[in-house]
Order: sequence, then structure tokens, then C-alpha cells
Amino acid sequence: MSANLLKETGPREVFCGLTSIVWLHRRMPDAFFLVVGSRTCAHLIQSAAGVMIFAEPRFGTAILSERDLAGLADAHEELDRVCCELLQRRPEIRTLFLVGSCPSEVIKLDLARAAERLNEELQGRVRVVNYSGSGIETTFTQGEDGALAALVPLLPASDERQLLLVGTLADAVEDRLIHLFGRLGISTIRSLPPRQSTELPAVGPGTTVLLTQPFLTETARLLKHRGATVLTAPFPLGAEGSRRWMEAGAAAFHLPKERVAEVLDPLEERARIALRPHREVLEGKRIFLLPESQLELPLARFLQRECGMELVEVGTPYLNRDQMAEELALLPEGTRVMEGQHVEQQLDRVREHKPDLVVCGMGLANPLEAEGIATKWSIELVFSPIHGIDQAGDLAELFSRPLRRRQLIHPGLHPINPDQPVHA
Amino acid sequence: MQLTLWTYEGPPHVGAMRIAASMEGVHYVLHAPQGDTYADLLFTMIERRGKRPPVTYTTFQARDLGGDTAELVKRHVREAVDRFQPNALLVGESCTAELIQDQPGALAQGMGLTMPVVNLELPAYSKKENWGAAETLYQLVRNLLKDQVPSQPSHDPNAWKAEGRRPRVNLLGPSLLGFRCRDDVLEVQRLLTMHGIDVGVVAPLGAGVEDVLRLPKADLNVCLYPEVAESTCSWLERNFGIPFSRTVPIGVGATHDFLVEVHRLLGMEPPSAEEGYRRSRLPWYSESVDSTYLTGKRVFIFGDGTHALAAARICKEELGFTVVGLGTYSREMARPVRTAAKELGLEALICDDYLAVETAMAEAAPELVLGTQMERHSAKRLGIPCAVISTPMHVQDVPARTSPQMGWEGANVIFDDWVHPLMMGLEEHLIGMFRHDFEFVDGHQSHLGHSGGSGAGVDTKTAEHATVEVDEHALIWTDDGEAELKKIPFFVRGKVRRNAEAYALQVGCREINSETLYDAKAHYKA
Repeated sequence: MSANLLKETGPREVFCGLTSIVWLHRRMPDAFFLVVGSRTCAHLIQSAAGVMIFAEPRFGTAILSERDLAGLADAHEELDRVCCELLQRRPEIRTLFLVGSCPSEVIKLDLARAAERLNEELQGRVRVVNYSGSGIETTFTQGEDGALAALVPLLPASDERQLLLVGTLADAVEDRLIHLFGRLGISTIRSLPPRQSTELPAVGPGTTVLLTQPFLTETARLLKHRGATVLTAPFPLGAEGSRRWMEAGAAAFHLPKERVAEVLDPLEERARIALRPHREVLEGKRIFLLPESQLELPLARFLQRECGMELVEVGTPYLNRDQMAEELALLPEGTRVMEGQHVEQQLDRVREHKPDLVVCGMGLANPLEAEGIATKWSIELVFSPIHGIDQAGDLAELFSRPLRRRQLIHPGLHPINPDQPVHA
Repeated sequence: MQLTLWTYEGPPHVGAMRIAASMEGVHYVLHAPQGDTYADLLFTMIERRGKRPPVTYTTFQARDLGGDTAELVKRHVREAVDRFQPNALLVGESCTAELIQDQPGALAQGMGLTMPVVNLELPAYSKKENWGAAETLYQLVRNLLKDQVPSQPSHDPNAWKAEGRRPRVNLLGPSLLGFRCRDDVLEVQRLLTMHGIDVGVVAPLGAGVEDVLRLPKADLNVCLYPEVAESTCSWLERNFGIPFSRTVPIGVGATHDFLVEVHRLLGMEPPSAEEGYRRSRLPWYSESVDSTYLTGKRVFIFGDGTHALAAARICKEELGFTVVGLGTYSREMARPVRTAAKELGLEALICDDYLAVETAMAEAAPELVLGTQMERHSAKRLGIPCAVISTPMHVQDVPARTSPQMGWEGANVIFDDWVHPLMMGLEEHLIGMFRHDFEFVDGHQSHLGHSGGSGAGVDTKTAEHATVEVDEHALIWTDDGEAELKKIPFFVRGKVRRNAEAYALQVGCREINSETLYDAKAHYKA
């Protein structure tokens, strides 16, 4: 194998790490995410969450004002006041994440110190941890890496032999994976993040870690420091990736290959049947993935190998070659993998290559649609239950649907010139 | 430091983006980290635009901070100018860049660019979106027109008569991410054309640099949205002597007042007060017998200044509602909103904490809420029907059909949008008559737009209980009292419960039984 690894820099069009709060807060209903930042941060999360549907969300922003910047008010005192106000209003909160932002990083507001001080004051009633989701340091899903990395030092120590699944999964998907690992013969399986922030899993030399998501570099590093073994495998997207991911887990627990095959063969067969109608739509179609969620490489691998798509370019905000080694190895020879972004030049290439489908952020999707290019939101992929063999069909459906939709409505809406976009 | 969960307004640079994206040939270079690019989706998703906003973000990273961020700014300015060839360039910074003080505007002005470069200084830690929009429009107009400013302002709004042409006005203020601006422009244009008045320039929506340059050619400026355009209109008045109209034509009465003001300023004979009755259906629909049931409906109003003020007037003067709460998140508009509230015997709620608004809403016990998307959700929780009258923008506020708020057609739209969430008159009457029939179980509320069926019943109960908690220690509902309460239609039950409790507290009884309910009824109807 050798993918064609390229790099570019320039203006980027990606979310910052704060965005991951949108799914993290749903995973841990007893946790609150308090961004220490500006009105922009508050507006970002609100806009990325899309609709304002929550009675009172479990995330918020302590908005810095001129007084905080001018030093008139001691920012630390102010932060304590805001935290107390918040915790009084939300007594059910057990873990408070103080999330650093671009402005708090630039003014060097020490949130670690703030967390330490608040922990003393609150005396264990609420645990306060901190991490940075700032856009000058993190991209989109990296925010989850920061949040989980902040939890690692708090995990109790244990030598127990266990499998630890790391990365947020939809509850139903997680239950299914745990069930399947159980059938393979692994009985002790825990998750980080847990469903309740207070039920942190233990970690130690007996722990084998499988990363469910490809953006958890720092968390993985810290878990290794705690004695855990972090497996490298393709990520559990698609039937093939999920199978190899589970096999890596099974191998670490020295489970007999026959039993693994016995459990997984029928699942893989079923997945292939589920994939078939989508493969019919996707086969031979050309896809361009813009960098955003960090899921681009595993998705590209799935779409190429299991759905027969042709990869025009695979963008990724950053490339961790060690963690992605298995994924890179499965990409076809010469695949253009672009690390970083110059959004204007990248869009020039999109227009030049006229792909059938583009995976991109919410800001770019409609403009591309108006130019006649079908799109898929990358943020949908971090919200949807797409992990595991059983979800392979659903995952493919996310990509086939925009193409099917065009087939359905395009002739009716553009009877004269069905190939011509009209909204550009 | 202020704890904020949902915000009514974005940061000021988003206001600047609204101006840039509304216009043609204007590009905005924004010194900002990568996360700030989220703002594009406000335009491409919420407003469903098929075009990216004309914004280049410098997307500096932590590692750039040690180096030469000024050079980074200049590189992006150069690239943006080469690629987009704008007729005017806005250069500014977002909250983070403000802290590192690169002064991108001044840098760009020093680059010897051929097009006008406007340096935007929008203090992100003290100002908000609408202010940012107003300041950007003002700075842009001032910059483009500075060479045309006469030494002595001389302007005759009646000049059109001598010149033998129709009078000409500019419409200032409509912008992207403004509430129904797209359709208001069409409606106001139609309204003015009908009266023989031409529209010169509409800005910022759809205007190019050359349009801004011909702003002074108009006889009069029409300030459609004071939040965005008032400072620009004032500047044009001070420097060119062009007067501007201040009435916002939302509602039948205000549309008439607007026409009178514009006619008067242009030296024309004002139109007949009958026009509204002929051109809009609101007056007749409001007078028709079915609307009798709207009389005295309790309404809670919250929104931006312009729309909240307009709503208060329409509710009181045109629909016969009782306004029980009035407020705005626009601090710039606090004064007129306070005055309007005072005239209604209320204290205005000037606030940008949506939870405080929700609390005020619950206390006011309205039967209809006119608010923003935030109030729509609060109202849903409280089981109160709601219509949205103001930004912050939601994808639902950009309907496919034309639905202005301004002018005669705007009044029609408002009648439909505000009255439909309420029970229709005859239907309300019939439900009252047949409420003991088994078909009319709790939760039957076909015209509550937000939900129907049993779900709505649950909402109502929660709302009732929420109010009980306040006096829980003091008041006890007997089984017989609860049973009597159940017989009352669900849509007024909350009010009856509150009245009974208020009455019980007033007369000093702790127990509420069926008799107390009747006593309270007599007391409040008397």
C-alpha cells in the first residue's frame, strides 16, 4: 500500500473542539459543560446544536466581559461565582467540566487552578475537571479527546482483566457491541465515557483498550501511561472494519479463532445483504471527503472497499499516522489523502473533479448543493449510530440517500435540463 | 462574567457578516480562529442560502501566535482580494483576535489596495450582533460616501416636484438573518409604489457599492429596522440633510402612520385612513363575530425592540388582546419599550436571560405568547400557544411562501400567525358546550399548533403544577376541589387554578374545595 499523503495550509472551514459538547453532554446526563469563553462560543454551540430544543441545556458559557479582561474583576473570583450559581440551580450535576476556549487560552486563564480550587470548596459533592476545546488548538472531535483525557487521571486503578471501549457511542450500539463481545467470550467490558459521570471505569495493567473513534490520541496516550494496552485496528465502521476491530479485541483475550468466526461470520453475511441495495447506488460513484470529523479515513476505507466508491480526495484535519496505520494500509494505492486545509483551493478541486458526493461541514453543504453537487453533512456521522457490523447497512444508507433523493426528484424539478443546477 | 445558556444575539462580528452577506461585491476578511467559521452555517443552513457568505477567516492557530500573525492577516487579505475581487473590503476581528491586537483593519488599509477598505472595530466583549450590524452598515456607508459629503447639508425632500419626477426613497435596514426582511422589502416596495413613490436603493439587502454611492440621490430614507439602520439614517441626515421616517409599518395602524409620515416628509397629501380597511383583511377579520372570542386574551410579548413594540400595538389596538407582559432583549431599544410598557400599565422586561423571560411568562399566565424561538420552547413547556415574531432566526422563520410582517399583507400574515395558535372562536364555543361528551377528553386541542393529543394534556398539567409549587406550603386542594377543577376545560384550567389560589390567599383560607372555586369565580368576574 501507499496512499498519497499530502498537506496543505490556509483558511480552514471546520468546527472547533467545543462542538463535541453537543454529543458529550447527552452521553453523561449528570455532567455539565461550562465553556469559559465569549459570546461567540455560546453562539457556536447553540448554532451547531441546530435547534433549541432543550428545556435547560447541560452546557453553557461563562461569557467573559470587558471587566474580566481589564482585570477589574478577578476572573477567578468571577468564575467561582458563576459555578456556584450554576450548581445551585442544577443540584443534580455531579461532574462539572470547565472547558477552555480561544479567548480563555489567549488570556491564559488557568482553568486547572480553578478546577482545583473548586474541588476543594465543593468537597466531593461535585467533581470539577477541565480541558480545552479551543479552536486555536483543537478541531471538532478533538474536543472529546480533551474531555476524556481529563477524566483519565481520575479513573480508579485496578488490575482486573477487562476490555475498555473508549469513545462516545450511541447507547444502543454500545449495548450491542458489549453483547457481541460477551458472545465471543469477553465478560468484563467497560466504557469511557461512562453513562453516568460518577461511574468511571477502573484502569490498569489488566486493561485492554479498543478505541471506538479515531480522534482519541491524547486519551490513548494517557491510558497507556496508566498501564493499559491500547490495540491498533481498523475502526469499527462498516462490516470489515468492525470485524477486524472485534477480532483485535478477541485476539488480545486469546479467544479461539473458531469461536470468533462462528459469531461473526453470520453477522458479516447479514451485513453484506444489508449493504447490497446501497452498494448498487454507490458503486462506481466518486466521493470527495472534506476534512472535519476525523472520521474521514475510516469512512473512505468503508466506502471504497465495501460500497465500491471511488475516492477522489480524502481530507483529514490532522493525521496521526500510528493510530491510522491500519486504515491507511487498506486504502487503494495512490489515494489522495490531504492533511490540513486551504478551503478555497480544496473547493476549486471539488469543482474541477465534479464528484458525485461530497462529505463536508454544514457551512459548505448548501452552496455545493446549489452548484449541483450532492453532499452529506460530516456532523451527522458523529451523531448517528454507525458503529459495528450491524450498522454497516445504516452507515451506507447515509451516503446512498442523497444520491437516491436526487434520482427521485431531479427529473421532476428540472424537466428541461435535468443535469443543470439552477440555484447557483 | 455572565452565565449564558442560550443567547438571543450572536457576537458583533456576526452582525458584520450579515451586512457583508446581504450585499453584492463586498468581502469581509475576519481575523479569527477556525471555530468561528461555524457562522457560515447561519446563512447556508438557517437562511438556506445557496451561496457561502463572502467571508475569509484567517483561522490562526496556537502555533501562529508565537510568530507573525500580522503577516498571516496580510496574506489572507491578499488572497481574498485576488480571488474575490471585491468592490469594497471589510476587515475586522472576532473576540479572540481582539485580544492579540493585530489591528487587521489598519494593516489592510496600509496595503495599498485599490478598493475602499473599511476598518471594523467591533468590541466583542461588550457589544452584540445587532449593534455589530448597525455599526458595520454605518462605517461602510460613511466610508463610501465620505467624498460626497457637502460642506453644508442642503437637501430638499420636495425637490422631486420641481424636477418633475416621482418622489424617491431608500429602504434602509433589511438584512439577511433579519426577521422576514426578504418579504418585508417586497411588501413595502409595493405599498410605496401604490402611492406613487419610487424605491431608490434597498440596503444592505441586495445592494452593491454603486448603490450605496447613490444613496444621497433619494428624497427620503425609510428606516425599516432601527436596530440595524438608525445610526446610518442619522448620519445621512446630519451630513446630507436627508430626513428619515421613523415609523415601522407593522400592523394596520402603524402602516397608516408610516404612510402619513412618508407623505408628510415628501410634501405629499397623506392617504385616507380608510385605506387599511380596504387593503388589509385584518380589520374585518378582527371585527367579524368569530373573533369576539379573542377579546381580552392575555398575551405575553418578547422579542427584538422593533417587533415587540409593533406586537404590543397590534395586540391592544387591532386584536383586542390584553397585553400582560412586554419585553425585549435589545438594550438599544430599552427606552421606547419601557415607555410602551408603561402605557399598558406594565413594567418592561429588558433582559437577555431566556430563563428569566420564561419565569416572567409563567407568572404572567398568558393565553398566547408572542416571542422568539426561545419563548416558543418555554411556552411549549408551559402548555401555552405561541407565535414567533422576532429573531434569533430559525429555519422555520424563513418560510418558502411570501410572508411579510410589514404593510397590508403583513397585517394579514400576522392575523393568521397569531390567531391560529389560539382556538377558533366558534370551535372554542362548541368545545365549551360539549365538553362533557366523552369525545372531549383532556388533550383534545386541535388548533394548538405546537402539539395535540395526549401530549398537550401532559404539558398543561406540568404547567399547573409548576405554579402550585410556589404556594405549596400554604394551600391544600381538597379532592372535591380537584374534581371540580377537572370539569373546567383544560385550556382555562391553569388560569382558574391560579385565580382560586390567589383568592384563597387573599381571603386567608388554606383549603381549596369546590365552593372556594365558585367563590373565586364570582370574585373575579365581579
